[in-house]
Amino acid sequence: MGNLTNVSVRNLRIDLGANTVIDELDLDVRAGEFVVLLGPSGCGKSTLLHSIAGLVDVTDGSIEIGGEDMTWADPKDRGVALVFQSYALYPTMNVERNLSFALRINGTPKAEIDRRVKRAAEMLQLGPLLLRKPAQLSGGQRQRVAIGRALVREADVFLFDEPLSNLDAKLRTELRRELKQLHQQLGATMIYVTHDQVEAMTLATRMAVMKGGAIQQFGTPAEVYARPENLFVATFLGAPPMNLLRGRLEADEGRLRFRGQGLDVDVSAYAFKGTPDPTRACVLGVRPEDVHAGRAVRPHEAAWEGRLTLVEPMGNHRVVWIEYQGAQIASIDQDKTPLSSGAAVPFSIDGAHVSLFDEETGARI
Amino acid sequence: MSTPLADPLQGAPAPARRAQRGRKPRSRFTPARLGVYGFLFTAALFFLLPLYVMLVTSVKPMDEIRLGHLLALPMHFTLAPWRDAWSSACTGLACDGIRVDFWNSVRIVVPSTFLSIAVGAVNGYALSFWRPRGAGVLFGILLAGAFIPVQVMVYPLVRVLAFVHLFSSLAGIVVIHTIFGMPIMTLLFRNYYASLPQELFKAARIDGGGFWRIFVQLMLPMSVPIIVVAIIMQVTGIWNDYILGLVFAGTKNLPMTVQLNNIINTTTGERIYNVNMAATILTSAVPLAIYFISGRWFVRGIASGAVKG
Repeated sequence: MGNLTNVSVRNLRIDLGANTVIDELDLDVRAGEFVVLLGPSGCGKSTLLHSIAGLVDVTDGSIEIGGEDMTWADPKDRGVALVFQSYALYPTMNVERNLSFALRINGTPKAEIDRRVKRAAEMLQLGPLLLRKPAQLSGGQRQRVAIGRALVREADVFLFDEPLSNLDAKLRTELRRELKQLHQQLGATMIYVTHDQVEAMTLATRMAVMKGGAIQQFGTPAEVYARPENLFVATFLGAPPMNLLRGRLEADEGRLRFRGQGLDVDVSAYAFKGTPDPTRACVLGVRPEDVHAGRAVRPHEAAWEGRLTLVEPMGNHRVVWIEYQGAQIASIDQDKTPLSSGAAVPFSIDGAHVSLFDEETGARI
Repeated sequence: MSTPLADPLQGAPAPARRAQRGRKPRSRFTPARLGVYGFLFTAALFFLLPLYVMLVTSVKPMDEIRLGHLLALPMHFTLAPWRDAWSSACTGLACDGIRVDFWNSVRIVVPSTFLSIAVGAVNGYALSFWRPRGAGVLFGILLAGAFIPVQVMVYPLVRVLAFVHLFSSLAGIVVIHTIFGMPIMTLLFRNYYASLPQELFKAARIDGGGFWRIFVQLMLPMSVPIIVVAIIMQVTGIWNDYILGLVFAGTKNLPMTVQLNNIINTTTGERIYNVNMAATILTSAVPLAIYFISGRWFVRGIASGAVKG
């Protein structure tokens, strides 16, 4: 199957009516990659996907698939398969005919159609359902058929438009795993749109976080999670999101320190992108798991004392909310010792795992 | 539930206190309900009375009709007027009844219905899914056409049809009905297709479907409810048409409605009311039958078209 197909989007601009949805967007998807486009609703991620599929006309820029310019090619000539959020199964055809529709159109020999349908049905456990109509299937089965319809075409590029959003939580986790296995099996290029950060983190080889029609950051999930490029990415990813604290950078006895909101964190080890400008106000971001509270505070760390306001148990971990000088700071630990709200609780911040942003521009420094 | 035992002190069994379970109790007959039924009954009577008079009159001999008892049941039941109306009633000089014209009407209705629905379905499909440039304007013009009175267009159309040698022919009247059915059929199908999810169309596009393939294999099978509605509308509309048939069909193809008028409006001799009534009922039998058979479908189709596919 198409193992050599990359997708490259250059200077893309899309206008829908009078609105510019996407402007000057570049995206390079390498062959065999699983790229997730993640963003809040209305950020243009689905529009971008549909433009790659050829369902939305672009205003300017180019789209290349497998090294060929496909900007104005007909959807059927692009070698892409698209799975919709609403499944979009043909209601009057049974599962078998839904799967084979595309192949029947392009005149594939009967034996070949049977072989591919059988293979897809096996991969997706659709065998016993082949003669049913879509209305007689459950949500998860319908989505499997929708994925199967993409599979039988043996497309070079698979596009997914929020395929799991209409499923319940348990099924979503199951199908998510199946999708990842499918990608490993096929090795085909996949582009996947979602607003669910868990899907993005678990599925992607690289993910693009989008907002307002622009890509905010493009990198591996680990990279994007650990080193967010700006405040939007920092707060969009993670549950609860990154703690943000306002302050300034100050040099003290040869060490660079972040001071603000009553905190003083040693950030000498921080990898600055350039030379930090101490005159500008900045924001310190720290993931809840890098805030150590209560018994988790390590002896060598400088600790402050806040007031515990809330504990959210999550089973395998819990979120502890601490109020300190007007700021609500979240901390995640696996401790099982009961905590009573209102109590004083010590906490510390792991200075090695923080992010620093310029307060005005929101960009990482 | 066990029935409560009789209380010896009171002599009679204590009134059973029923627990609140089981079927919903039947609501009682209230004055408001009486009013509703009264109104419905009166309305039904009002609309059915003419039909009753027609039916009763059509099975009475003329002697009995001359007595003037409009509402009375027939004393001497006869089917002769029906036979006459069907096979020997006179229109001017010819006395062949309306059976000839019945078949004329069938010959007009079948192709006209088929063609107008086909054109409307393709139009609606193209307008709601393919959205060609200027589709909105086109649709606006088409709709405006639906609001222009037919009479205004009769003369120009006569000239046009005469020019293309279709005037006074079966083909001509079929073309005319197709044209006049186009706006409403297009509107009907456009709205139906607009209620279908766009993703279906997009999925079919990606699967490689072209204009006709998607229409025939995907859209048409999903259009059954709206096609039924369209058939009902077009068959009754075209069957009941008078002016277009009179003007465009030509003397050999006059539809039943025109010939019915010819039978009833003869100016010589006695008015044969019983035959006239029978002929009228025969003429309106087709639309009536359509409504009786498919009224349920009609309502369902309208509802599904308005809400969701």
